[in-house]
Amino acid sequence: MTSLIEHRRKLLMERSSPGRVGAVLPHSDVPPQELPHASMLRSEVDLPEISEPEVVRYFTTLSQLNFSIDTNFYPLGSCTMKYNPKINDEMAFSAGFGAIHPNQPDDQIQGALKLMFRLQNYLVEVSGMNAASLAPLAGAQGELSGVLMMRKYHQEHSSGKRLKMLIPDSAHGTNPASAAMAGFDVVSIPTDRDGNTDLAALKKEATSDLAGMMITLPSTLGLFDRNIAQICNIIHNAGGLVYADGANMNALLGQVKLGQLGFDVMHINLHKTFSTPHGGGGPGAGPVCVKSILRPYLPAPIVEQHAVGGKEHYQLIRPSKSIGKVAAFHGNFGVLVRAYTYIRTLGNAGLKQASENAVLNANYILANLRDYYHLPFDRPCMHEVILSAVKQKEEKGVKALDVSKRLLDYGIHAPTMYFPLTVEEDLLIEPTETESKETLDRFIEVMRTIAKETSDDPDMVKHAPHTTPVRRLDEARAARQPDLRWRRPEHVGSR
Amino acid sequence: MAQHNSHPFQSHYIPNTPKDRQEMLRAVGVSSVQDLFADIPKEHRNPPLDIPAPMSELELKAEMSALGRLNKDIQSNVCFLGAGAYNHFTPSIVKPLITRGEFLTSYTPYQAEVSQGTLQVAYEFQTMICSLMGMEVANDGMYEGASSLAEAALMACRVTDRGDIYILDTVNPSYREVVETYALPQGLNVKTVSTSNIKLPDTAACLLTQYPNFYGYMEDLAAYKRLTQEKGALLVVSADPVAAGMFKSPGDLGADIVTAEGQSLGVPLSYGGPYVGIFATRQQYIRQMPGRIVGKTVDAEGKTGYVLTLQTREQHIRRERATSNICTSQFLLALATTITMAALGKQGLRQVAELCYQKSHYAASKISHIKGYSLPIKGVFFKEFVVQCPQPPAKINQRLLEKGIIGGLDISRQVPNRMLLCVTEMNSRQEIDALAATLSEFSK
Repeated sequence: MTSLIEHRRKLLMERSSPGRVGAVLPHSDVPPQELPHASMLRSEVDLPEISEPEVVRYFTTLSQLNFSIDTNFYPLGSCTMKYNPKINDEMAFSAGFGAIHPNQPDDQIQGALKLMFRLQNYLVEVSGMNAASLAPLAGAQGELSGVLMMRKYHQEHSSGKRLKMLIPDSAHGTNPASAAMAGFDVVSIPTDRDGNTDLAALKKEATSDLAGMMITLPSTLGLFDRNIAQICNIIHNAGGLVYADGANMNALLGQVKLGQLGFDVMHINLHKTFSTPHGGGGPGAGPVCVKSILRPYLPAPIVEQHAVGGKEHYQLIRPSKSIGKVAAFHGNFGVLVRAYTYIRTLGNAGLKQASENAVLNANYILANLRDYYHLPFDRPCMHEVILSAVKQKEEKGVKALDVSKRLLDYGIHAPTMYFPLTVEEDLLIEPTETESKETLDRFIEVMRTIAKETSDDPDMVKHAPHTTPVRRLDEARAARQPDLRWRRPEHVGSR
Repeated sequence: MAQHNSHPFQSHYIPNTPKDRQEMLRAVGVSSVQDLFADIPKEHRNPPLDIPAPMSELELKAEMSALGRLNKDIQSNVCFLGAGAYNHFTPSIVKPLITRGEFLTSYTPYQAEVSQGTLQVAYEFQTMICSLMGMEVANDGMYEGASSLAEAALMACRVTDRGDIYILDTVNPSYREVVETYALPQGLNVKTVSTSNIKLPDTAACLLTQYPNFYGYMEDLAAYKRLTQEKGALLVVSADPVAAGMFKSPGDLGADIVTAEGQSLGVPLSYGGPYVGIFATRQQYIRQMPGRIVGKTVDAEGKTGYVLTLQTREQHIRRERATSNICTSQFLLALATTITMAALGKQGLRQVAELCYQKSHYAASKISHIKGYSLPIKGVFFKEFVVQCPQPPAKINQRLLEKGIIGGLDISRQVPNRMLLCVTEMNSRQEIDALAATLSEFSK
């Protein structure tokens, strides 16, 4: 007999039984039309044949193999896994927002455009910038849009070529990847001992071919760079522009506006700071906000408000020197509706409190774990705290990976680990403001327990997790012998 | 405004009470939360925040529904609009399954041991996309159709080590624009060519085509394949996945890379997003593919499991040398399409495709018999077709809207008085007849 888990995890094609259907469609109500020549048609599509109840049970059972915010504490650093309010989804799925077509003319979708216009304004206000485009579909696409704007700006304003983009060594991998896609040459800038940008290294690179610098603030070390004002000055004095990666904006709402600090352009991850669900890896949304000098370059479209016959009217427009369209339509609208709903729910007071509690929660974890794990930067953190398992590794050979995997046994999702790449055996822990003190206390207790287990029984920790649906998986085998789709048994082994 | 009383605002999303905060501050060793923000330059701290005050769920829902009512939605109106996003049947099981918190509120499955649900679905998605498109490998999904096509063009340039991208003028104009946004900054060239006169030089990396094309018509992919093969270029096809339910698959016709907008398979129209891009190619190009890929493997006890694989292509490992900066797979929407394909299955997808074909051809034939209207393009179309109208489509659409009908896309900018209509399985004969009746009001 197959085990329960094997039975539940049989693939759709292995469950298929000829003649079963999962949906009944109507008969055609029009007179039969002549089909195209048979040579143009395929004989069949090799899709499964399964009844509806079987489909529902299969996917429901699979969902239960996941950790999620709704079921688990998920302190994944720089990902802001905060609670995703249910009202946001309800609004996004409502007929007025979910059942409108992207090619409908502006006058048929004034409600959608009004929502987008207001959201543009809210993001501009929160970031201290002057204009926004909601078009980019994800953080990485926001980055790409941002650096493309910088590129176009320099092409029009500089005589020489400005192709050098500075990126701190702690940055997320999308930063250098986006800069490279926009045709920039990436130069990495080191971090100093205190976790701030190394100013001496920065000054050396601030040359006449400088396009700008991409900075995540707070950094992915969970720290607010104390040199930020100086950094912006150095870049500006060299003729460059300063880009903010807004991935960690959850620390800053109502605390500081990046535009006022000197940033010229930034993207905002609505799926982080503004609570829209990550969906197992998308969808997100990565609106870009800019200072006035970059407004003409924003990705198309943006929403403008006009008075028509004394009535407010909203329309999609293309900024005069736009870098172009980054997608077929106007942005991930369903995500925008969720973020809008969130901002209105929390309001000014709630947004400010969200950041305060996010930062307090992270510092509470720092204070309670500093005696158990190495603290690479001994200073107050922002919304996330970076710890390291170097002690555990030196003494017992237990790595950050092992600590992370052991957390899974306690029903807690692993922190971000081995990122940033610059800190040895690091664990980047972001609790967010939507976790209670009780949850944090349990996490602290579990982390202390794992530290003790590391001393008492390091082998057990090294082989964790022990209670998950599967144990550690053979990733090397997956890469060496790629098996990327189901094949009929007779085709196994053939290409 | 929420909570009309003298207490400070307490959000229902934030568990910490003032008492909790006091205890925590003591443990941290500071007297106020603001002390934790001391690294921020003082002159910039606590700026005024001009955002409306908090709102209760009750009040906000009323306001949102008033905002929603300013939109003409396709549940209260009949829709004949397509051109890249389509009104198709979504089985009722899709929404309850994709809104299960375990799928909806999880992150990218980097921790495979606690993400087997997401990973196994991704493997199912890759399997079904390969079957549907006739391809050997597929990734987990891209942002949407247009940027997926742009990434295919970039990939073709990497594979061929060439810099000229050729794109047919029958490809969706928005898609062509997105290809330019992505390709031009990298120093690549994008050239639009007419279907009537395709000449590819030896420097061509690829030919980008659409199946069916922007105007709804099928093109001779096999002929394009001969052209590209002769020059060592790749044939890239941006496909309608529903059309692939009845027509020979792009892979069968010789495509080297197939991209698609997956929205038609169970994703709400939602004013243009979030959608999911499909990306499939041949085995030999797998290491040049952008995006996430899931592979099957075993765990420490020999049990089957799934993991993200071939990650050395990706930005989090390779940084500026990655195949793309993409960091999402639009998993939630890929899940919606996987469930939809599973429910429709072998028979259902074919039925949907044939219903689209039958009804759109009925509509086209009916409209072409109205005096003053004609079908200017000859050939085989699937669910969309171009109509030459006797008067400006904007005017006709205005009248249609009065009757609760959202008409076709006005493409008069290309040729005056042309409209691109779309008819799917969602349109009844009665709706089509009503459309035709209103069109005939403008008959010459």
